[in-house]
Amino acid sequence: MSTVTLDKPVAAHTDRQRRTPGDALVAGTSHTMLIIWSVIVIVPFCWVLLSSFKTSKEILSSPFSLPAEWSFENYTSAWTKAGIGTYFFNTVIVVGTALVLVMLLGAMCAYVLARFEFFGRNFIYYSMLGGLTFPVFLVIVPLFFVLQGFGLLNTLPGLILTYVAYALPFTVFFLYAFFKTLPDDVYEAAMMDGAGEWRTFFQIMLPMAAPGMAGVAIFNFLGLWNQFLLPVALNTQRENWVLTQGMASFSSQAGYNVDFGALFAGVVMTVLPVLVVYLIFQRRIAGTVSTGTFR
Amino acid sequence: MSVSAADATLAGGLPGDNPWGAPPRRRRPKLTLDRALFMAVFLGLPVAVFVIFVVVPIGQALFYSLTDWTGFSPVMNFVGLDNYAKLLDDETFLKALRNNVLLTIVVPLVTLVAALAIAVVVTTAGPSTGQVRGLNGSGFYRVVSFFPYAVPAVVIGLLWAQVYDPAAGLLNGMLTGLGFDGFKDYAWLGEVRAAMPASMFVMIWANIGFYTVLFVAAIKGVPAEIYEAARIDGAGRFRTAISITLPSIRDNVQTAYIYLGILTLDAYVFMAALAPGGGPANSTLTMSQHLMNTAFKKSQFGYATSMGVVLALVTLLFAALVFAVFHFAGGRDKKGDVRR
Repeated sequence: MSTVTLDKPVAAHTDRQRRTPGDALVAGTSHTMLIIWSVIVIVPFCWVLLSSFKTSKEILSSPFSLPAEWSFENYTSAWTKAGIGTYFFNTVIVVGTALVLVMLLGAMCAYVLARFEFFGRNFIYYSMLGGLTFPVFLVIVPLFFVLQGFGLLNTLPGLILTYVAYALPFTVFFLYAFFKTLPDDVYEAAMMDGAGEWRTFFQIMLPMAAPGMAGVAIFNFLGLWNQFLLPVALNTQRENWVLTQGMASFSSQAGYNVDFGALFAGVVMTVLPVLVVYLIFQRRIAGTVSTGTFR
Repeated sequence: MSVSAADATLAGGLPGDNPWGAPPRRRRPKLTLDRALFMAVFLGLPVAVFVIFVVVPIGQALFYSLTDWTGFSPVMNFVGLDNYAKLLDDETFLKALRNNVLLTIVVPLVTLVAALAIAVVVTTAGPSTGQVRGLNGSGFYRVVSFFPYAVPAVVIGLLWAQVYDPAAGLLNGMLTGLGFDGFKDYAWLGEVRAAMPASMFVMIWANIGFYTVLFVAAIKGVPAEIYEAARIDGAGRFRTAISITLPSIRDNVQTAYIYLGILTLDAYVFMAALAPGGGPANSTLTMSQHLMNTAFKKSQFGYATSMGVVLALVTLLFAALVFAVFHFAGGRDKKGDVRR
């Protein structure tokens, strides 16, 4: 493991050195471009937030004014009437369960593939890799009937299992690389001390892989929370809908009677939890395994 | 320090590719009962889920694509390659295929160039004295530009459909506000000329942040000494980016390119939210939308799965093409030049 990276902390006084004119020029242009980009990213979000407090009439007649009165009516109507509340809880249940399952199964599979030699190892690994590149569209029709065969079509457990199956290749792919880098010495020491394979995995190797697990879990969370195609095809009963389906139904309604206020409020409620998760965890994925064991 | 080596591993290209670490030691431990049971359970469960929900459906899809199955009756006739022959005459499908190819050429290219530029600026384009580092305040840009990735694609589509709205949309409001009165009531998603570029912009907007974070993590994995050496040798920022950074994170760029290609060859979610009907004169219709219509609206499941097979083949072809291009284009800067 390389220990000298750009992250290496540096003594503060080196920062105080003189800046050249070239530095100022590069910094100036870069900042300008990046600020323009940030505005393009942020402004639509602010506009949605602002619009979510307006009535539908206000949104259509004066799209840019401040709301006449700040009311949460859109939020309550989206949450109850448009069913966002139900969809929200469905999504939390489905994504939460699928995430735990896929991380566990993925870690198990990646661990065995990365650290044991056995017949068919490469075959399994490359099939998983292949599953990563195959478009979900190819299988959406047969999948429909596979789930129907198990009696799982239009049920939350069916959706959870499908989520797990389709997040698995990604999880295995990245955790494989991670388990490969874990030091052998620790494993051997655990074995020497008489811990069996099971204990070694759950008490030694899995905790050491925690940073990698956290990273993959975040990407899986985002991917599953945002999943749209699988539920649209496999989870068609309204009371089982997830958030993305509820949101999409806004756009497929006839243009005139769309409740725009509720739409914008719905967007805010869908986006907010994910943004919060991201903002909390983007600082959390710090530290590596090898710094913890060897330094 | 928010993006760490953990991220770098995440972004670390192909597995087993552990550029600066020690080569992993391999040994074949004795096969005890405990170990055999352990491996059976640990491998069996995930592989079973994978086989039932991924492998078996793929096999079935290949079979269905050779039949005239309607999906709701058990009757199906084996029709050989008829479905595929029909595809070649299906004007709508060919239009959709062309749209997907266009998307796959433009979107990954623009996204990756922009993401690379941002990643380079926030990691190594800082002051030329002292330690090699990024621009001041670069953390802010990194966090902000990742925002869109945290938003469901469906919601991004909805949001931009509102932004593009002819009368009440943000974009036309700003343009007319700035004095471009020609854009009053201009239907960005309703004009054949504008619909495709407008949709592409949304996909690019949605993806730049994610790939920026990926590249930032990869660049941070490059040993700082290499940058210091380049600086001592007199390399400027641009030269450093082209000659040091790019070759060092080549594998990541390749992986990213393939990922984006898969995304644009699918493109269903964005397009379904922006223009559910396929846009004016099918100008934004994608293969995936056509497939969904054919399967679930027209109940031609056999025919629809043959589209899925074509989509899969195009995806594999694309991945192979990217591998080939990177292999030949990368001939000059072999890994050994930069990596020790």
